[in-house]
Amino acid sequence: MELLITKTIQLQDHRVWLNGIIEYVSEEESFDKFIRSVYRHYNIDYPKFFKMDNLCKLAFLSAEILLRGTDILQKYPGEEVAIILENASSSLEYDRKHMESIRDRNNYFPSPSVFVYTIPNIMVAEIAIRHKVKGENAVFILEQFDPGFIDHYVSQLFRSQQVNCCLSGWVECYGDHYQSFLFIVEQEDERKRFKALQEYVIFNILNMEKLFKGKSI
Amino acid sequence: MVDVFVGASNTITSLGFSTAEHVKQIKAGRIGIGIYPGGDLYPTPVPLSLVDSRQLLDLFREYLCQTKPGFQPDLFTRSEVLHILSISDVLKNSGVNIKDPRTLIILSTLKGNMDLLKKDHLPAIDQDRVYLWKWGEFLGSFFNSSNKPLVVSNACASGLLGILIGSRLIKAGMYDHVIAAGGDILTEFAVSGFQSFQSLSPKPCRPFDSARDGLSLGEGCGAIVLSRNHSLCGIPEKIVVAGGSCTNDAHHISGPLRTGEMFYVAIRRALREASLDPLDIDYICAHGTGTDSYDETEAKALVWAGLEKVPVNSFKGYFGHTLGAAGIIESALAIASMRHNELFRSAGFENPGTSDRINILTDLIAREVNHCLKTASGFGGCNVAAVFKKS
Amino acid sequence: MIEDLILKLRKEIIDQLQVEGIAPEDVDPEAPLFGEEGLGLDSIDVLELVVLLDKNYGIKIRASKDGPKIFYSVKSIAEYIMEHQNQ
Repeated sequence: MELLITKTIQLQDHRVWLNGIIEYVSEEESFDKFIRSVYRHYNIDYPKFFKMDNLCKLAFLSAEILLRGTDILQKYPGEEVAIILENASSSLEYDRKHMESIRDRNNYFPSPSVFVYTIPNIMVAEIAIRHKVKGENAVFILEQFDPGFIDHYVSQLFRSQQVNCCLSGWVECYGDHYQSFLFIVEQEDERKRFKALQEYVIFNILNMEKLFKGKSI
Repeated sequence: MVDVFVGASNTITSLGFSTAEHVKQIKAGRIGIGIYPGGDLYPTPVPLSLVDSRQLLDLFREYLCQTKPGFQPDLFTRSEVLHILSISDVLKNSGVNIKDPRTLIILSTLKGNMDLLKKDHLPAIDQDRVYLWKWGEFLGSFFNSSNKPLVVSNACASGLLGILIGSRLIKAGMYDHVIAAGGDILTEFAVSGFQSFQSLSPKPCRPFDSARDGLSLGEGCGAIVLSRNHSLCGIPEKIVVAGGSCTNDAHHISGPLRTGEMFYVAIRRALREASLDPLDIDYICAHGTGTDSYDETEAKALVWAGLEKVPVNSFKGYFGHTLGAAGIIESALAIASMRHNELFRSAGFENPGTSDRINILTDLIAREVNHCLKTASGFGGCNVAAVFKKS
Repeated sequence: MIEDLILKLRKEIIDQLQVEGIAPEDVDPEAPLFGEEGLGLDSIDVLELVVLLDKNYGIKIRASKDGPKIFYSVKSIAEYIMEHQNQ
């Protein structure tokens, strides 16, 4: 059965692209200020956001905007929705922060709210908690976005019948270098509905590559 | 339908440098968790399980001498040394060719070369190997593997998830063989972090016991061969990865969902994929960390799944929680149990300590083990269950 | 004395726990910190408060054992500090 990409979001270069179209441009150059401006612009109300590290903030907001206006979470039980993400720097920013907190034995106060963010799969957890997504979840660390692997792996998940919907993509954040590309994958029997609205593309390597690059300025 | 056979394995912890050595030490009742007196890894005394550094270096020197005479040990980080020894051991004991484009290495870890972040530590080494993908690439090119290793970082469920992913990739026809490896070194980074969670026991951990009061961290590395071709696996027994599942609690970033619901769902789905009923399971190799909440949750999930009578143990009482290595090392030992039809005592356990009663092994017993359930869970709400089946 | 400590603590808690959108002066010293009526704190926040107590006041506690009672409200934390500091 053919798989479809039914919606995409990208956050990069202080812009937000939804389905390949720029939806929001921020004046802010730094990631911190950019991500807060996105939070405000989209009227998000989730105080826990401010406790997250930058990687989680990026992943969380990308998923939040992506899922808004869809009926994904009503259509599919949480256990049937998977989150499969790729990333390059893992949690390096907070790794350094945690290291800093233990550098001086005379001022030695490691923080649990920093340490918990020193593993990259917490970004998946933040999305899962918010949207009650309970299916397969994994983070793969690669130098750059690899649509070939996602194509094979996500397809296999659908074939195993453990998954009926998948949020997948690339989320990377280190310092002021940030980039997210998230998309929703669903099965073909939605095609009739999507065909009418011309709101899908086939889930394959070529389309993922095109979509990933397509929003370039 | 493709069968994914498990094969030769290697395990490295405080108990030794091979799976056979681990079995021997476990049978002898040796506990590899000792009281670290305080030093580089943490300012004050704390129970830790450490790989013997001198033996590690000797073995590695010998290995380099035999295989890469131009290379010196100081070109490698501790994590890389562990992984090279583990992976090379399984390659030696199986027929899998690492250079075959149909072979993939999967590396499961939480922190890889995290010691590189320490100022002036290992200055001769490319500091970019702190990036997990670069660490993976380095290991892959050491073995001249055709494919760049796939790096999985999913907290303490990483190792078992790596085995599941490997099995899925073989079933998908993407590869024929996978070396599922995983490891984490012990660092001040990890010890201080877990201490900030007050989750370390002041004594060696006691999984599922009524007096349990935390986990013990352990250093470790392991590797297991997975292949669609049994003749290349390196073991005579035909044992397959029959099913597996991964779920998310969607509850909290560090604490488990106490009802055990999504842990139970992972178990149920794994059993279903393996076409087995709970009564078919002969043995459970649990995650069992020794913390109050995680052990309680796991016991709940096992009972919910109808597995309350099945003999169960945790290996963490022997060598601690080895983080990224845990799922690999413990699966290797579970498979050893299947191969030799013997079940090992759950170290640190004396009295039942979970609200839902499970059948913890208190002695070494001989028992036919045809079907084994392995579980893991971790920070970020990830639960993984896998079923190994003798075919 | 305790009033000064309460004022100081309110700010420290908001800062340490990265609570957004609530000013220290808006925190009722006697209101429960945890749960829906409070600041929406969770188990990690308890551990952060343990760090705060250690770092700023030199007091070490076990979160699981003493946490719920000590961290009930800003006032209960202040009272505990007054009782145990310099011990």
